[in-house]
Amino acid sequence: MKRNRLFWGAVAPIAAILTSLFLMYIILSLRGADPFALFKLMVSYGFDPRNLVSETNLTVSYYLAGVAAAIGFKMLLFNIGIDGQYRMGAFFGAVVGAAVNLPPILHVLLIIIVAMVAAGAWASIAGYLKVRRGVSEVISNIMLNFIAAAIIAFLLSPKLLGSLPEGSQNVQTKPIPASGQMPTIKIFDGEVYSVFFLAIFVGIAYWIMLNKTVFGFNLRATGLSFRAARSSGVNAPGMIFITTCISGAIAGLVGIGTLLSDTHSYSMAFPSGFAFTGLSLAILGRNHPVGIFFAAFLWSFLERAGQVLEFEGIPPEIVIVMQGTIVLSIVIAYEVVARINLRQQQKAVGKVSSEVLSEAESK
Amino acid sequence: MQNKTLRKLGAATVTAALALTGFIAAAPAQAATKTIGIAYSLGGRDVPGFNQLAYIGVKPLLDKNKSIKLIESQDNPTATDDQRAERLRLMAGRGANPIVVVGFTYAAALGKVAKEFPKIQWGIVDDSSVKAANVQSIVFKEEEGSYLVGVAAALSSKTKSVGFIGGVNTPLILKFEAGYIAGVHSVDKTIAVKSTYISNFPDFSGFNDPAKGYEAAKGMYENGADVVYAAAGGTGTGMHKAASELGKWSIGVDADEATYPAHAAYKKTILTSMLKRVDLGTRAFVADALAGKKTAGVKTWGSKQGGVGYTTTGGYITKAVAAKIDAAQKKIASGAVVVPTDPTKA
Repeated sequence: MKRNRLFWGAVAPIAAILTSLFLMYIILSLRGADPFALFKLMVSYGFDPRNLVSETNLTVSYYLAGVAAAIGFKMLLFNIGIDGQYRMGAFFGAVVGAAVNLPPILHVLLIIIVAMVAAGAWASIAGYLKVRRGVSEVISNIMLNFIAAAIIAFLLSPKLLGSLPEGSQNVQTKPIPASGQMPTIKIFDGEVYSVFFLAIFVGIAYWIMLNKTVFGFNLRATGLSFRAARSSGVNAPGMIFITTCISGAIAGLVGIGTLLSDTHSYSMAFPSGFAFTGLSLAILGRNHPVGIFFAAFLWSFLERAGQVLEFEGIPPEIVIVMQGTIVLSIVIAYEVVARINLRQQQKAVGKVSSEVLSEAESK
Repeated sequence: MQNKTLRKLGAATVTAALALTGFIAAAPAQAATKTIGIAYSLGGRDVPGFNQLAYIGVKPLLDKNKSIKLIESQDNPTATDDQRAERLRLMAGRGANPIVVVGFTYAAALGKVAKEFPKIQWGIVDDSSVKAANVQSIVFKEEEGSYLVGVAAALSSKTKSVGFIGGVNTPLILKFEAGYIAGVHSVDKTIAVKSTYISNFPDFSGFNDPAKGYEAAKGMYENGADVVYAAAGGTGTGMHKAASELGKWSIGVDADEATYPAHAAYKKTILTSMLKRVDLGTRAFVADALAGKKTAGVKTWGSKQGGVGYTTTGGYITKAVAAKIDAAQKKIASGAVVVPTDPTKA
């Protein structure tokens, strides 16, 4: 039974990837390009050691965004606010980190905690509105993303918390001193951010929290049925609120690698657009910590490897088409697989019941 | 049965893995001919604005010498400094030299990569914070060009009210706003200037959102403004549309917007465009680098160097107005007028 589940669980993603590869093949052929030569080029650059390091760092950010989304999904919450939450976390982490002077490990810990608290607090607004005022978290989070951007843009002004180095047009926070920076692991000429280990820890903690604790049980129960959970004594609204905050706090970790191991300040060049990525990865990885890891790696692999296509005259948007196809096909594939499973179960039940029935008749 | 399927699946995976290792062996060959690289900012070559102008600047060099190759790459919103650096390394690894990097968001990445490839000549548009022996900063005095179109706006306004639309609220676009306000007020201090910005970073959509540009411009025109200037890339198209519908003036940016095919229906109300000659800047840099000249340092393109200016396409700038703008230009060139870069001081 377990093996059966594993098999069907793997079929859907593989089918989705094949579908998207097939679509890519058609698109590339229509453009008059040689699809196999291009795939070959993508694979060879994608697995280039130097590039793998960069992919690993990107995977970590995507992974954390995916886990943040997955926690929400377990509660049927669509946390599209990951983007704003992550930015609030990274920004306030950068500001506080630059303002204080602490011993090395404490300094890093403080920044990480500030980032998680800022992001979690930002997410709590959506949680509060949902629980107390019945506002859909999708609507409030989209709004909160814009508000977060506006608040940061306001605070990052050179007159307030930001600074504009000579000759630069890129407003940034003051740099975090060395004690607040995280070490990197030098490998293949590249540097892997040590936040990698934090991400592994988050993945394990997420799994344990969900499957081995009363809290996780309540969370899953509330996600499956709000009313049933409530009538069996679970504080369902409270669970929704807390889950939203936790999801936000994890989102606060998304920018930590870039902030503490690379840029050491928050600037206009900081990335955005993690919300859709996180949600896609949670769907692709079926909210499972290992599944999300593979999904995150696939995403960063496609994005990084897709870079070479530009030099062959293929627009980089092709990677987005590919990612979109994968998510679409996976949703369809999971549904098809679920239906096949259901039909098999129904057949099995039907077979048993007809046997019972014919036995009864013969008697 | 399930076991069999699993085994088959396993075999397929092994085959696929073997095939992959075969692929890895093939590495891209180094280019024997000269290759120019352009790393675009968000939006890429196809969106009118500084990205496209960088390409326009390089294109004549490619047409003249067919053996020169061009490789291009564009930024995406989720990219970190690390990934931008990887992109530049990839272009350098492909043998591109010189490489033009468009936009200040590349500054940190270029700071790292330029050191790793000391033999490659790098040029960065809109930033002068990267100091290295192989990096040229290509910067513009946007405030001077904006000052000139501000003079044009003030002289063409009958309602004594004009508008400014910025794409994204950044220090760079504030320079446009500051110059424009100063230009307007140099003609008549009583003219009101209304300013608005379409988006805040990291949402850079304000540079390519014609629908919001339309709404913003319409609001300004309906509230009394009769000339609006947009420093907002593709967003400006919406402003031109609103202007042509309401019969008011609009002012373009970067290139001569009245000549864009997409603006054919609106060109009768495009008063002028503020030119920011990113094309001249990149062409000069690339040509020098190809000729083997030293290019490092800060190269500033102001109105004196012909780096910024205004257009008279359509003939809506009358001779009298043009004479006054040219007089203002002379004052800037001579240093008699220093144009502010901060709107609060304009």
